[in-house]
Amino acid sequence: MTRSLTLSAAAAFVLLALGALVLPDWAMFLFAMALAKGLVCLGIVGMMRGGLVSFGQGLYYCLGAYTATLVANTFGVSDIFLLTVLSTGVCLAVGLAFGPLLASYRGIFFAMLSLALSMVLYGSLSKMSFIGGTDGLNIAAPTFLGWAPEGRALQTALYLYVAVMVVIAGTLMRIYFDSEQGLIALAARDNELRVEYLGASVRNVNTYSYVFGAVLGGIGGTIAVLALGHVDPEFAFWTTSGEFVFVAILAGYLSVPSVFVAAIILEMVRSFSNLYFPNTWQLALGIFLLIVIVVLPDGLGSLVRRRKGDAT
Amino acid sequence: MDLVATILVDGLIYAGWLFIVSVGLTLVFGVLNILNIAHGSLYAIGAYASATLVGIYFANGGDAIPWGSYAALILAAVLVALVVGPILERGLLRFFYGRDEVLNVLVTYAVFLILEDVMKLIWGVNPYFVYEPYTLLGDVEIGPLFYVGYDFAVIAAAIIVGLGVWLTLNRTRMGKVVLAVIHDSEMSQTMGVNVPRIYLGAFMAGTFLAALGGALTAPMISVTPGLGVNVIIVAFAVVIIGGLGSVPGAAIGALMVGISRAASVHLLPEAELFIIYFVMAVVLMFRPEGLFAKTQARKI
Repeated sequence: MTRSLTLSAAAAFVLLALGALVLPDWAMFLFAMALAKGLVCLGIVGMMRGGLVSFGQGLYYCLGAYTATLVANTFGVSDIFLLTVLSTGVCLAVGLAFGPLLASYRGIFFAMLSLALSMVLYGSLSKMSFIGGTDGLNIAAPTFLGWAPEGRALQTALYLYVAVMVVIAGTLMRIYFDSEQGLIALAARDNELRVEYLGASVRNVNTYSYVFGAVLGGIGGTIAVLALGHVDPEFAFWTTSGEFVFVAILAGYLSVPSVFVAAIILEMVRSFSNLYFPNTWQLALGIFLLIVIVVLPDGLGSLVRRRKGDAT
Repeated sequence: MDLVATILVDGLIYAGWLFIVSVGLTLVFGVLNILNIAHGSLYAIGAYASATLVGIYFANGGDAIPWGSYAALILAAVLVALVVGPILERGLLRFFYGRDEVLNVLVTYAVFLILEDVMKLIWGVNPYFVYEPYTLLGDVEIGPLFYVGYDFAVIAAAIIVGLGVWLTLNRTRMGKVVLAVIHDSEMSQTMGVNVPRIYLGAFMAGTFLAALGGALTAPMISVTPGLGVNVIIVAFAVVIIGGLGSVPGAAIGALMVGISRAASVHLLPEAELFIIYFVMAVVLMFRPEGLFAKTQARKI
């Protein structure tokens, strides 16, 4: 790990942690949710670097959330660390099963197949009345290694937890992006065939990116359900996944922090347009998305990179 | 025996409907190379427009000739194609031709979000009911089973639409020009084809078909907000199964999805909601680009 990366990670954590002191309750919840979703989107950005866009990341978001909820409700586990590990494990296993299959698909077919998988989960969960069907399930507030905070303390603890996760995941993904495999992904985005001729396996790289996306989706889903206290099959619906892609496009594939900035921007735009134009917030969101696509085709990350004069 | 017949008839009815809503999607993709998520919204707009027009028709003495409501349904689809089609194509989509496919999906996703709210602004959130056209054709008895005649009219409409699109593409001069544009738009342009006009025409045709799907469906359901959300994903599945851009593919895809969904409704109701995606996943497993996809040379 280079020194500048360590420094940026530390700076990011300090900045996020400061938020715990200054943010009012509602904003802390909003930021925690945004960061949790940002983790899912980071997974999509990882795939985007290889030229793939998953339109079904709700699969892992939902799977993580349901695993955490079922484990919590069945075995009485409430420790957030244990829940995260368990649901991430499940997502990892599913990701490892589907990753190699999906890795040979490209473009629209990859997007649609991943979407199909998430819709299969959505359909199954909606029909399973013994785990709540379309109503979903509730989950109790988490504990932190035996400590069971309430009220503002709980909010703060959750927020700090997701902040730590974001910094760790962001740092690890940055290391992956800059590694040999990560750079192969970037090259495959430009021209897959050339990369193959040079002897690298684009399939393998795509599998790695997909599995990382699955893990990140699981973590994001677990934290989101603990913050919300409720999960339902909508977590896997295609419009949820569409929002994740929205954030990924807004962020672009160039920078890791921009993913979380984008996630926060989306949550804010959504909350405020919900507040000020309750009947037309989708309209506002759609126009916002179009503006982003036209003005910033490479996403927010391109703003930072452009200033540095660096083309990667 | 009865069960098989029931599944077949139900499957055919559903397949007919599926074909109408998905053939426009595949046509637009074939010509413009844009997978149009807003297709679902166009479907919903078609449903609303037809509900409104049929309502107006009956409010103005249409009861004397109730058959005229069918003309109102089709007129609604034509109006949507004439109004919404050019606005979207000329006003927005033409700026994104040749861009990344997935980015274009996002563009139409934005359009979808916008249109969802625009529909609420125009038609409000209360449901519309236009049941008259649905009951006009009476019931059909097949063995021990009764079906609503209108359902068979949908199958007939699907066959007419399918033949119409196929004949237009393969047997008319204009259709051959469209095929040339699908094959290589740059080359067609150098040969003197007005490509932007073909794009506009294809998009309007796609819009008409989406709206027609909605218009034909409106009498069967209550027209409410959020109508297009599920349709688009189902239509995607059909189109992907058949191979993007292929009209016969859309027909086969619609049949496969229609019959497997009917089978699941009768045999395994738990699977009803996801059988469509399951079929799609299985097809893509063996034919990664769909059943009728044209093979493309890889570019180095």
